[in-house]
Amino acid sequence: MMPELGKYALTVVLSYIGTLGPLAVLTIWTLWRGAKVKAALAAQEERMKKNG
Amino acid sequence: MSIWEYANPVKFMKTSSWALPWVSVATVISLAVGLIWGFFFTTEAMNFGSTVKVLFVHVPSAMMAINIWVMMLVTSLIWLIRRHHVSALAAKAAAPIGAVMTIIALVTGAVWGQPMWGTWWEWDPRLTSFLILFLFYLGYMALWGAIENPDTAADLTGVLCLVGSVFALLSRYAVKFWNQGLHQDSTILKVGEKDPLDPSYYIPLVICIVGFVLLFVTLLLLRTRTEIRLRRLKALEQRERMA
Repeated sequence: MMPELGKYALTVVLSYIGTLGPLAVLTIWTLWRGAKVKAALAAQEERMKKNG
Repeated sequence: MSIWEYANPVKFMKTSSWALPWVSVATVISLAVGLIWGFFFTTEAMNFGSTVKVLFVHVPSAMMAINIWVMMLVTSLIWLIRRHHVSALAAKAAAPIGAVMTIIALVTGAVWGQPMWGTWWEWDPRLTSFLILFLFYLGYMALWGAIENPDTAADLTGVLCLVGSVFALLSRYAVKFWNQGLHQDSTILKVGEKDPLDPSYYIPLVICIVGFVLLFVTLLLLRTRTEIRLRRLKALEQRERMA
C-alpha cells in the first residue's frame, strides 16, 4: 500500500507527520476547549437561574 | 439581508450552528481525497523525485498562513471602524490557526529544503519574512493574553495586525521583490504560463488547498463560538460578583 518513495522517503513522511500532527493537536485542543467553556457557561447559567 | 447581521452574536451562533456540520463533512472529504491522492497516487517528478509530494502540504499551509493574517486584518479593521465584537473575536480565534499553518509551512519547507537545497534553513527573503510572520502571530496571541480589558486588547491587537500585514504581504511577494533568494516563485500561479505545473499534480493540489481552507473555516467557526461563550461567561461571573 505504501508508495515507492525512494531515497526521499524520510523527507516525505516527515513532512506529512509534521503537517497532520500539529493539525490534529489544534483540532483536538479546539474541540476540548470548546466543550469545557460550553459546560462552564451552562453551569453558570444554571446557578444564576437557581439563585434568581 | 446584510452581512452586518452576523455581527450579532446570537445570529452568528445560530448560523454557525447550522453551517458547522456541513463544513466539517466537506473538510474531511476534501482533505482525505486531496492528501490520499497526493501521497499515494502521484508519480515522482523529474527534478524533485518523490519530494514533489511535499507540495500537497507545504503550498496549502503557506497560502493559509498568509491569508489567515489577511482575514485577521479585515476583521480587525471592521472592529476598529465599526466596533463589532464578533469580528474582533473572530480575529482572536483565527490567530492560533494561522500560527500553526505558518509553523507547518516552515517545517515542511525545511524538511524539503534539506535534500533539495542542501540546507534546513537559509536567510532567504521568503523564509525570513515567514519566520517574522510567525513571530507576529505569537506576539498577537501574547498581546490578547496580556491585556485584561477585552476592548483594549482588541484595539491594540488590531493595530498590531495592521503592522504585521507588511510581513504577510512580504511573505507573499518576497520572491518577486528579490531575486537572490533560494525559494522559487509561486507554483500554483504558473498554470497556463510557460512553465506550468503538471495537471497530475495540479488537481490534487487544488483539492488540498480547498481542504485547508475548509479546515480553517471549521476551526474558525468552532473557536469563534467558544470566544463568544467565554465572553458571556465572564460577563455573567462579573454580574454575579456585583450582585
